[in-house]
Amino acid sequence: MDGTTLVIGLAGVLATASPIVVATIGETFAERAGVINLSVNGTILLSAMGSFVVALNTGSLFLGFLAGAFVGAVVALIVAFGSITLRQSQVAIGFVLTLFCRDLAYFLGNPFMGEKGPMLPVRPIPLLEDIPILGTMFFKQDVMTYFSFVLIVVAWWWIFRTRPGLVLRAVGERPEAAFARGARVSVVRYVYTTLGGALVGLAGPMFSLGVKAGWKGTISGLDGLGWIVLAIVIFGAWNPVRGALGAYLFGLLQWLSVVLQPHLQSIPSQVLQVAPFPLMILTLLFVNVGNAEWVERVLAALPEPVRRVVAKAIRALRVVQPRSLGIPFERD
Amino acid sequence: MTESGSTTPTPVPEGPTRPGPAEAGGKGRFSRRTWINLGLQLAALVLAFLLTSVVLLVAGAPPFQAYIEIAKGAAESFTDVSNVLVAWVPLLLASAGVLVTFAAGLWNIGVEGQIVLGAVLTTWVLRLLMATSLPPSLIIVLAMLAGILGGALWAALAGVLKTFGGVNEIFGGLGLNFVATALTLWLIFGPWKRPGIGSMSGTEPFPEQLGLPTLAGERLSLWSLALGLLAVIFVYILLERTHAGLRLKAVGLNRRAAFLLGVPTWQYALLAFFVCGGLAGLAGAIQVTAVYHRLIPSISSGYGFLGLMIGMLIAYRAIWVAPVALFFAALNIGSIQLPIVLKLDSTLSGVLQGALVLLVLLVEGARQRYLRRSRTRAV
Repeated sequence: MDGTTLVIGLAGVLATASPIVVATIGETFAERAGVINLSVNGTILLSAMGSFVVALNTGSLFLGFLAGAFVGAVVALIVAFGSITLRQSQVAIGFVLTLFCRDLAYFLGNPFMGEKGPMLPVRPIPLLEDIPILGTMFFKQDVMTYFSFVLIVVAWWWIFRTRPGLVLRAVGERPEAAFARGARVSVVRYVYTTLGGALVGLAGPMFSLGVKAGWKGTISGLDGLGWIVLAIVIFGAWNPVRGALGAYLFGLLQWLSVVLQPHLQSIPSQVLQVAPFPLMILTLLFVNVGNAEWVERVLAALPEPVRRVVAKAIRALRVVQPRSLGIPFERD
Repeated sequence: MTESGSTTPTPVPEGPTRPGPAEAGGKGRFSRRTWINLGLQLAALVLAFLLTSVVLLVAGAPPFQAYIEIAKGAAESFTDVSNVLVAWVPLLLASAGVLVTFAAGLWNIGVEGQIVLGAVLTTWVLRLLMATSLPPSLIIVLAMLAGILGGALWAALAGVLKTFGGVNEIFGGLGLNFVATALTLWLIFGPWKRPGIGSMSGTEPFPEQLGLPTLAGERLSLWSLALGLLAVIFVYILLERTHAGLRLKAVGLNRRAAFLLGVPTWQYALLAFFVCGGLAGLAGAIQVTAVYHRLIPSISSGYGFLGLMIGMLIAYRAIWVAPVALFFAALNIGSIQLPIVLKLDSTLSGVLQGALVLLVLLVEGARQRYLRRSRTRAV
C-alpha cells in the first residue's frame, strides 16, 4: 500500500467514524448528567430511517438532518420524563425504547428500502486542503465530519472549562451537593439528556445521508452500532476527547478488517463481522478490571518491579463512572 | 471480596408495581386499589393500541383491518393456534428465566445468545450421537441436557465477566449475543454445512426419530409445551416459596445489605445467571428438537428480548408469565401474514409490544408519582 492510499484510507476512517464520534459525545453529555440513555441503538436506526425518508421526499439534506436530531431529542425526552419525572428505571425505559425504535424503523422504513436518496457532498476547504497529508485527511470532508471535529473540542471545553460544565459534572457526581449550591438538578438532567439525544439522532442521518447512504432495512449494517457507542462512552471515561479516540480506533479496526480481508482468507467473514463485539467486551474488561478487588490482591502478590508496571498500566486504563449515573435524585 | 468489584452501573429493576410500603396494607385481595391498578393497566393497553394505530395511519394502512388480520392469523385455524403455542414455549422459558436474573437485580440481555448456544450444543450432541446405536429417546434427552448446559455456561460467562471483570452484564451479554450468532453462521456455512454448499436454510435436517414427537401434521409438541409450563412453575416456586429465592431477591433489592446479612451475593448472582441461561438453553434445545429439526441462522428469533419485555411488562411477577407470553406469541404469529395481505412489515407486532411495555411503565410511573404527591400533601 503506497502513501497516498494510506492517507485516503485514514481520511475515510475519520469520515466513517464521525457518526460514532457525534453519538458518543451526545451520550457522554447525558451520562455526565447522570442519565443513561440506553436507547442509542434504536435511536440511530429510527433517525437514520426517518431522516432518509424526509430528505428523499423534500429533497433537502438540511431538513433530513433536522429530522434526525428531532427524533433523537424526542426519544431522549421520553427517557428523561420516564426516569426523572416518573422515576422509573432508566435501563428499563431505555431498553424498551431501543427495541421499539428499531421495530418502528423497520416497519415504517419498509416501503423506502433500497431507494436512492440524496447524499452529503464533500466540501474541501480552500487553501487548507492543499496542505500535504493533513489537507487530505482533515480538510477534504463533508460538513458533518467537520462538525464532528469541532464538536470534540467544544464538548471538551464545555464540560471541563466552563461554569455550566462544572454544574453538569456536579449534577452527575453529587446531585445533593449541586442542589444545595443552587443547581436545578432535574432541569440540568432534562436539558443534557435531550441535547445528547439530539446529537445521537444526528448520527442516524450521518449514516443514511452520508457514509452509509441509503436505507436498506435490516441489512443497513447499523444495528448494533449503538451498543458500540455506549461501550465507547465507557472506554472514553466520559471524556469527549478520549471517547472520540475510541471511536476512531473502532473506525480504524473496521477499515483494517476490510483492507486485510484478502490476506485473512482463513478467517471466516462471519467472524470478522462480529469482531467488534468481543473486542468491546475485552476493552470494557481492560478499563474496568482495575476496579475489582481481586486485582489488588493478585497485584500485591507480584514481585515489586512487575507489580509497578502492571499497576501503572491498569491505572492508566481504568475508568470511573460518574458517581450518580443511573441513580434517581431524591430532593429530600 | 468482589462486593465492590463492579463499578459499572448495577441497574436494579425498580419493579413498576413492586408494592411499596405505602401500598402493602391493602384490604383483601380485591381492594379498591387492585381495581384501580387493573384499570390503569387496561388504559395502558388501550393507549398502546392507539399509538400503534397512529403508526399504522402514518404508514397509510387501515389500523382496524390490520388488527383483524393479526387476530385471524393467530386463531383462524387449528394450525394457527398450534403455531401460537409453538411460539409460546420459548417465550415461556425465556421470560421465566429472566425473572430469576431480574430478581437478582441483573439485566440478562444475553438471554438471546443463551438460546442460541442451547441450540448449538443440542445440534452438536445430536450430530455426534446420531450414528451410534443408542436409542433415539436417550440421544434426544442427552442432546437437550447439553443444550441446557450450553445456555447456562454462556450465561455464566456473562456473569463471570460482571462479577470478576466489572463488565456490566448488559454489554457482556449483548456482545456474547453477537458472538453466538456468528458462531451459528460459521457452523452452518463451515463445519456443519449441508452436503454440497452451506445455505441460510440451515444444517441438514435430522431424521424424524431424533425429534420430539409432534401432533399429527403440526409443529406443536406436547412435550415441549409441558417443559415450558413446568419451567414457569419451577421459577414461581423458586422465587416465591423457597429460601434461596428469598435470598436471591434480597441480593436484587439491596446487594450491600444482603451481603452484610451474610448472603453470598456474587454466588447468588452467578446462580441466577446459571438458572436463567439453563432455561434459555432449553428453549434453544426445543427449537432444534421439536420445531426446526436442524440449526438455522436465526434460531432464537428474538424470543430472548421478548422475554425481557414480558418480564418488565408483568413487573417481574411469575404468576403473569403464562397469559402475557401467550398474548405476545399470538401477536408474533398473527402478524406473520401481514406482508402478504396488507403489504405491511411483520415488525408491526414488535411495535405494538414495545408500545405496550413502554406505556405500562409510564402509566405505572404516573400512578406512583400521584401516590407520592398525595402522600406529601397529607403529611
